[in-house]
Amino acid sequence: MLKNLDKYIRPESFPTPFCTGCGHGILMGAILRAIDELELDIDRMVFVSGIGCAAWIPSPHFAADTIHTTHGRPVAFATGIKLFNPKLKVVVVSGDGDLSAIGGNHLIHAARRNINLTIICANNNIYGMTGGQLAPTTPIGARTSTTPAGSSEPPFDLCKLVLGASSSDNAYVARTTVWHTRELIKYLKKAFSVPGFSFLEVISPCYTHFGRRNKYASPAEMILDLKDSAVRTKKQEDLFTFKEKNKILIGEFSG
Amino acid sequence: MKKKQFKITSNQNWCKGCEICVKICPKNVFEMQKDPGPKGYFIALVEHPELCIGCLECELHCPDLAIEVKI
Amino acid sequence: MYLQGNQACVLGALKAGCRFYAGYPITPSSEIMEEMAKTLPKYPCPAEGGACPDSVGNGVFVQMEDEIGSLAAVIGAVWAGAKAMTATSGPGLALMLENIGYAVMTETPCVIVNVQRAGPSTGQATKPASGDVMSVRWGAPGDYEIIAFSPWSVQEMYEFTIKAFNLAETYRVPVFLLADEAVGHLKETVELKEDIPVIPRAGKSETPPFSNAANNLPSPMPMFGQGRKLSVTGSTHDEWGYRRTQAPEAHAVLINRFCDKIRKNAEKIVEWETYESEDAEILVVAYGFTARSALRAVRLAREKGIKAGLLRLKTLWPFPEKIFQEMTPSVKKIIVPEMNQGQLIREIQSALGGLIRCEVIPYHKTNGQVITPDEILALLTTKSTKNTKDYE
Repeated sequence: MLKNLDKYIRPESFPTPFCTGCGHGILMGAILRAIDELELDIDRMVFVSGIGCAAWIPSPHFAADTIHTTHGRPVAFATGIKLFNPKLKVVVVSGDGDLSAIGGNHLIHAARRNINLTIICANNNIYGMTGGQLAPTTPIGARTSTTPAGSSEPPFDLCKLVLGASSSDNAYVARTTVWHTRELIKYLKKAFSVPGFSFLEVISPCYTHFGRRNKYASPAEMILDLKDSAVRTKKQEDLFTFKEKNKILIGEFSG
Repeated sequence: MKKKQFKITSNQNWCKGCEICVKICPKNVFEMQKDPGPKGYFIALVEHPELCIGCLECELHCPDLAIEVKI
Repeated sequence: MYLQGNQACVLGALKAGCRFYAGYPITPSSEIMEEMAKTLPKYPCPAEGGACPDSVGNGVFVQMEDEIGSLAAVIGAVWAGAKAMTATSGPGLALMLENIGYAVMTETPCVIVNVQRAGPSTGQATKPASGDVMSVRWGAPGDYEIIAFSPWSVQEMYEFTIKAFNLAETYRVPVFLLADEAVGHLKETVELKEDIPVIPRAGKSETPPFSNAANNLPSPMPMFGQGRKLSVTGSTHDEWGYRRTQAPEAHAVLINRFCDKIRKNAEKIVEWETYESEDAEILVVAYGFTARSALRAVRLAREKGIKAGLLRLKTLWPFPEKIFQEMTPSVKKIIVPEMNQGQLIREIQSALGGLIRCEVIPYHKTNGQVITPDEILALLTTKSTKNTKDYE
């Protein structure tokens, strides 16, 4: 059914548990396509995830070694795996809340250590699994179940955060969206291939909890909206000067 | 020159009817169905395969890995 | 060799095959981490004996950003094929609790050394206590069983660390070395015995990774990178590791198995010893550093003609109920000195159940100082009927 992707999935875990139109499914497909195009041996990869919707992208869907860990800690688990067996390709797939709120400490320290991990952050700007609460990535003004009048807190820019914590000029730091699928696959291939630390932030909309509260008509509208809201750059400096309201800066910022 | 034909398959058991393929297809190959599919979702089906230009946008954007376009 | 307790623990770990350490500095356990940082990178991973088949290098030491990350990295390394441990003290233990539950749930063999200090909170960082006896047993949420050793000497810091690794491997459970500041920083002569058996990591197996083999023992610990496509999760899962978060029977099977593998093998796990107990009328039950003072007090009491004896618990968990149920009838009184406000005594009272002939006298001391032989001797010689004693 899926060209060459069948061998990378556990078919019994489909249809996925994701909500209708969840961006995480698009990211899941892109990860598998990147693995296929690079001809990586999935049996020599370990997928580490935390807690939340995004953590379910590899576990249980990928037919590989997967470890679904405690909330916020996948980067620390991955550090242990990679340090003891550097021959394994260790990939963290988790959400913005898991990696940057409860797990922010581990994220910045992995960047500081420049450990050879690939961290894929599916950013849906909200806590999906627990019912749509405020995340550190929720834009100012957005309604969530814990900010019914709109968020008043400024959000993190995860790429800026990771770039600030990184000790290496060669660390790969990039951001794209699930609308930009071809670019997403290209960035994933690069993230899997660089020798040091790599961090890829993927904007992956949550219609169920974010879209419905913030005046989107359908999941498809949210996905298509990313085409217009994304602003592409090739310059790292733009990351620090970009101020356009309701726009997302995408591109490769380092590495 | 004869237009190249593409074979598009969609997995009705995996589709959740998010409409992304319907909205993203530049040639309106897909249509939402009026009756629920096998899993109870109102799903999208390939109605006009002859219009397909093989851009793969539907396949790459399907969050349920339910669409395959044979090139 | 003349060694500190914390150093002996490191040598025991290396002997047991530990090749990964992740930790965060905390008094009074930091010497373990410092010794590991020095020695572990020089120790080659064994070429055979079940260690990670990809490993060509030496042991790995990493100082993590906190204790949460430390235990997380340890668990990750174990799934990558390492025998691994971490060491901490009370405040660090508190941070590790969630991942202790994760290690229980995923049946990850690992060793956690807790060099106890006076708590709660920061408390007295350089002073001994036995305040974490219940924390290690019940600290993580949910129902489970763990194993805990209580060393009283530098020799036992060495030997119990090896045993801890062995039991972790056999039962696929986190095992605690519940030391205290006094034993951790004690310096004594140690015999680094070479003939202590070491249980290696199991080789590749095809059995479901989260099931029992025979005799309530879990199936061999698998590792990543061998094409087994392992699914590891802290959620309720079936024998292949697939999440079963809605099925009542899946949760029941899992929790019963976690408890039964320890409970039904308890007699093979628990260790204790007795001194002067054959005709004892007053029995001191002690563990850890306190048992040293208790032994001295019992000997002094015997010199005065008092029929005193000592029961020293080497393992605290699983709790050795049977010893108390089968205790000699001569015992009329039990004294339980503890460097806490009465933790293990609850288990002792519960194990004694209806034995009303026995008077149980707790002695609590929580001033950051060890219990002295004189204090216990005073309890052995007093005629007082007051049944609770506190150091004031």
